[in-house]
Amino acid sequence: MKRTFKAASVAAFLALLLVGVPSFISATGRSDLYYTLTSVALLSIVSAGVWITFYIGRINIGQGAFALLGGYASAILVTKYGVSFWLTLPFAGILCAFVSVLIGLPILRLRGVYFAMVTLTLTEVGRLLALALPITNGARGIVSIPLPGAITLFGVTLVPDFATLANPRLAFYLTAVVLMAVCFACLYRLVHSRVGRICQSLQQNEELASSIGVDIANMRILAYALSSFLGGIGGAMFAAISQSIYPSTFTIADSVNFMLNCFLGGLGHVLGPMLGTFVLYFGWDLLFQTGSFQLLIFSSILIALMLVLPNGLLSIRLRGQSQG
Amino acid sequence: MADILEVSGLTKRFGGLVANNNISFNVRENEILSVIGPNGAGKSTLFKLIASFLAPTSGEVRLHGRRISGLAPHKVARMGVVRTFQETTVFKTMTVRDNIIVAHHLRSQASLAGFFFSTKTARDDEAKFARSADEIIDFLGLGHQRNEVASNLPHGHLRALGIAIGLATDPKVLLLDEPFAGMNHDETRRALEIVRGVRARGVTVLLVEHDMPAVMNISDRIVVVNFGQKIAEGTPTEIQENPEVIEAYLGAEDESIGI
Repeated sequence: MKRTFKAASVAAFLALLLVGVPSFISATGRSDLYYTLTSVALLSIVSAGVWITFYIGRINIGQGAFALLGGYASAILVTKYGVSFWLTLPFAGILCAFVSVLIGLPILRLRGVYFAMVTLTLTEVGRLLALALPITNGARGIVSIPLPGAITLFGVTLVPDFATLANPRLAFYLTAVVLMAVCFACLYRLVHSRVGRICQSLQQNEELASSIGVDIANMRILAYALSSFLGGIGGAMFAAISQSIYPSTFTIADSVNFMLNCFLGGLGHVLGPMLGTFVLYFGWDLLFQTGSFQLLIFSSILIALMLVLPNGLLSIRLRGQSQG
Repeated sequence: MADILEVSGLTKRFGGLVANNNISFNVRENEILSVIGPNGAGKSTLFKLIASFLAPTSGEVRLHGRRISGLAPHKVARMGVVRTFQETTVFKTMTVRDNIIVAHHLRSQASLAGFFFSTKTARDDEAKFARSADEIIDFLGLGHQRNEVASNLPHGHLRALGIAIGLATDPKVLLLDEPFAGMNHDETRRALEIVRGVRARGVTVLLVEHDMPAVMNISDRIVVVNFGQKIAEGTPTEIQENPEVIEAYLGAEDESIGI
């Protein structure tokens, strides 16, 4: 009963995103919403990565660096080497995972605020590298990235060339939603399998975890690599949609936002980063009319929310459940 | 009985402080051996050295003749030497049952990917762990708290849960760090039963403890440490009569060693 309810709500949610939203947009003509919603979907993937590091008890404020790395990797491969975007997408993720292993080996020994500080500087290092390296084209960035091409398998076109589509925005939106759905389905499975429990054991007490035989160094690296993988995927998609990438595409403010998304949505629930990203992104946009007070109001609301709901927005639902 | 663990010439220096100085003793298969000593004598350091949470400055610990000093703690745990913690260290937000289930880590046949994709091996593992966890819960009398979140447990039960987590790893040698600390008479009596029960499961028990009557009651042999040195080793009766031990506990010589 509970299972079928869950399956039904997932199906309903997907139907809403994949059918409901596009028909709403075509009815109202607000096609600008595509870009916004696509961004939310992609940023929630990137935030989901940060959520994984939270899940093993590490505060990660460096996700922007991996989003940037993923974006540049894909952009360079597509523009300079003419590689299909669809191949660069997983490559960007794997590259980020690989780099995060190298970086993680030394820094994952740090805990608490020390790890947070080091990761914070990572984003800045990423930005400075993007400015300095010849391959990234400095502050001018990489622009006019061609739209993703077609995917054909045995002569059957699975995904059409985005450039030939009447509405590439819709195509990007659908791609982003599918990616997000896959990402969160995997995350859900991870958390609800034994792997999740092992991550939790790390989060709660690393010494005890190692005394029951968990290779904590290995688990930390694995979690950080997964986290960065998602960062890279999200970044690469983002570059493809905006058809450009600059050193300032992902800055420290973005890294902090990825973390805030997790906090706001709830660290105790898989869907936390998705909800957090949605609320934060739209909340910011809704306050646009307040002009110069935008940041003040926005941050006050955030502080208030964290005081009232320290475990995130999704804790409301959980609390209701345990009472009922 | 054969020796399972050999501690030889174990020395640990922290800067100028010598926490353990050339400590040697053997642990016999399936015995209950206690390490006692006044506060600051170096007992906890000794425990950390044995479980390999610290690497010794010199000397070594061997399990069945194989050196375990210097290996990572999880590797030592895999070889069968598992410690519990002084504080009531458990996974606080998990239920009692989940605590014990997750502690079955070392018995997994399936890989992490296997658990992710829920392969046949992984499902078998899960079922096996659940059965074994229930058995351990019954063994330790935690049945009523089975689905209670660990942070809500009273002190005595937390300690039992700590032992349960240790047992779930299927250890050869279980190191109990002050299992009776802060317990009243009844709780201590129950805890003594539990430790005897652990030994009856074929586990060798090594414990650090302050509660002298409990130590005298339960130990097959006792090692006494003072100022980082081993000053005596023997049966409870031998230890009670040892003049050096009495000296070490000077000031409370009668009661504290349970004469």
